[in-house]
Amino acid sequence: MTTLRDLRPGERGRVTGYVSDQLPPRIFEMGLLPGIEVELVRLAPLGDPIDLKVRGFHLSIRKHEAELILVERL
Amino acid sequence: MSGSCHEPAVAVEAPRAPAVAHRIALAGNPNVGKTTLFNLLTGLHQKVANYPGVTVERKSGRLVGHENIEVVDLPGTYSLNPRSIDERVAYDVLVGRMRGEPAPDVVVCVVDATNLERNLYLVSQIMDLGLPVVVALNMMDALAENGLELDVDRLAHLLGVPVVPIVARKGQGVDRLKETLLHGVPSPPTERRWTLMPAVASVVDDLAQRLGAEAPDVPERQRFFEALSALTSDILLDSWKHRAPRFYEAVQAARQELEARKVPYLQAEMIGRYGWLSALVAEVLHRRPDAQERTLSDRIDAVLTHRVAGPVIFFGMLLLIFQAIFSWAVPFMDAIEAAVAWTGEQVRAIMPDGLIEDLIVDGAITGVGNVLVFLPQILLLFFFLGLMEDTGYMARAAFIMDRLMRRLGLSGASVIPLLSGYACAVPAIMAARTLDNERDRIITIMVTPLMSCSARLPVYTLFISAFIPAIPVLGPLNTQGLAMFGLYLLGTSMAFVAAWVLKTFVFKGESAYFVMELPPYRAPQFKQVVYRMIDRAKAFVVRAGKVIFGLSIVIWFLASFPRAAQDPELAAQRQTLEAWYAHARDSLEAVGAPSSAFVELEATYEERLAPITDAEASRQISQSFIGRLGHTLEPLMRPLGFDWKITAGIISSFPAREVIVGTMATIYGVAHAGEDEVILRQALRADPAFSPLVAVSLMVFYVFALQCMSTLAVARRELGTWKWPAVMWLYMFALAYLFSLFVYQGGRLLGLG
Repeated sequence: MTTLRDLRPGERGRVTGYVSDQLPPRIFEMGLLPGIEVELVRLAPLGDPIDLKVRGFHLSIRKHEAELILVERL
Repeated sequence: MSGSCHEPAVAVEAPRAPAVAHRIALAGNPNVGKTTLFNLLTGLHQKVANYPGVTVERKSGRLVGHENIEVVDLPGTYSLNPRSIDERVAYDVLVGRMRGEPAPDVVVCVVDATNLERNLYLVSQIMDLGLPVVVALNMMDALAENGLELDVDRLAHLLGVPVVPIVARKGQGVDRLKETLLHGVPSPPTERRWTLMPAVASVVDDLAQRLGAEAPDVPERQRFFEALSALTSDILLDSWKHRAPRFYEAVQAARQELEARKVPYLQAEMIGRYGWLSALVAEVLHRRPDAQERTLSDRIDAVLTHRVAGPVIFFGMLLLIFQAIFSWAVPFMDAIEAAVAWTGEQVRAIMPDGLIEDLIVDGAITGVGNVLVFLPQILLLFFFLGLMEDTGYMARAAFIMDRLMRRLGLSGASVIPLLSGYACAVPAIMAARTLDNERDRIITIMVTPLMSCSARLPVYTLFISAFIPAIPVLGPLNTQGLAMFGLYLLGTSMAFVAAWVLKTFVFKGESAYFVMELPPYRAPQFKQVVYRMIDRAKAFVVRAGKVIFGLSIVIWFLASFPRAAQDPELAAQRQTLEAWYAHARDSLEAVGAPSSAFVELEATYEERLAPITDAEASRQISQSFIGRLGHTLEPLMRPLGFDWKITAGIISSFPAREVIVGTMATIYGVAHAGEDEVILRQALRADPAFSPLVAVSLMVFYVFALQCMSTLAVARRELGTWKWPAVMWLYMFALAYLFSLFVYQGGRLLGLG
């Protein structure tokens, strides 16, 4: 089971679902929905949060949330 | 762009009555140039007020050249499903549910053309409200730079609403947008163009009908969106509890049923809207073959958020800002103080001596000065903060610092307010507005005043230079410098401890999250930065000013009443001096002495009068309410090493910390002895009630105690309640008392007293 947290900087994945429904709705509103392609651009200097590229813009979320989002590597 | 076509690109399938705009609302995501467009549409005739009951600013203005048309700038939001106060306000205004605010006739939705999908999400929600919508497609120039091509006509056709391409920062396309608005904007198509998953749609349709039956005043077109929003948002559902109780219960039942069937109804709206928008954007937006995968913004980010360079640049920038606030502001602060003092003297020169004169000069003018003296630091800090916001760097600062700040119960975005607190807690608390999480914002505001601000400096400086000997330690470092550093460290550590305590014990259970856009870097627009700086400074002067002004007069009253009986000896001295002066002047006039002789005489007279005036002032303050309060509270403060004089000084400095320096000078009868603090220092050292231990205890007291009305006033304004400012004052006073007690009693045990 791969989650968004498992991606390395520069890797892409496609969202397949969620581990739990405890995710903040804001994440969905920002378009991080099943079927969408994401790139993990980089980690913050202290390793957390992460910088994602999704739907053409940069979105930053914490690893805590990232590990609740299932992806398949591309 | 759509070539030479003069009419805005619009797809009209059936004639729909165009709306004539009288009230235009500007909506849009954060960082899309909404405020720039607002300034262009309204010129500088803007009104800033608060929405009733919340601290969200309501910015409105009149369309340039059309005074009968009001333009309201809504807070920047990603969605209409309210999760923050800002979004709640935007929602309430758009559905016409904000008190004293009818729904707008037309909504201009500002959209970042380089980030279409996510921006159109909000547009699609607003369309579902049935309000006439115009899309102002901003950043058309950046689109080309990123190697993207957009078919504007096709976009308008697929959306079903007028689309006007603009470049707000260059003012391009704004005239056309105005024409469109004045020409009349048609309502959006009645049928929804996106599809909600059937399992949820049938439920929402049913709920919308129930809502219509129970609350017929909700426009028919709006019912589907209202029902969907109530289904997914607790905040919105609660608002129906009393208005439509049967609908309220039906929604709760529907939620249970959907949950039982494991229908992902919370994501249904997003999946439906994005499903439509993804396909739509794919159809209208094309990447040129020569387009680079990495934009300029991405390449800048590679440096500014780099593992090593990122933090180094961040701290370097902070150092620069604080250096600027500390040193650049000083001449202006001095000038303001001088101007206030000069005004006081002028008033004294014209007005007859007496109480009214004292009230105006020592109460009112000093009170105004207490507010204005912060302006240079506030303006500078807001200028830098504005630059950081405008360029998009602020989000990176939060990105870099989040991990560290989260340990303490804060978020990355708390860094800026906290560090700003070293300059002044007032703009720092206002800077906390950038935190969209309410819990993080409250914690940040609650601990920011513990950062040693510049108003504590005069207090630290006076007592360190009077009581801490300058013993060299290492290089340029001496014990005085170390003492100063220790005071700053004490305040800062306590801010972190307090944040941790609040996170762990007060706000437990509420989970905070961090979902933040890192907007593309853009060149700053100095005009916008300056507007915003002036706006915020104005808000501070007006709102905080009232409280500070009022309390300054109260403190003046407490120091001036009851009037001390005249001391016969001092009165006799004054009389003798005045007689001598009158006589000397007459003699000079009689012999026709040159004007220089008069000047010299005047100077001698003033010099001899000063100690008498000082002695009288000292008598007055010791017999005033403040003096008496000092005596009364002395037993309470005695364990900290404070006598009645220090106690009176602390009371008098409730409006602003640095006031204690002036009060001590008055009590010690050296207020007129000159600008030089040397005399006050000598007077303090000569007083047996003072010792280095007392001085340390007093400085520790000032590290913690919230002796600043401006901070309380601005915290009240930002948090919308007196509850938190009251808690803030109490916990900081408790810290001050306990730590001073510990320092003084501990010191005495060690035999330092």
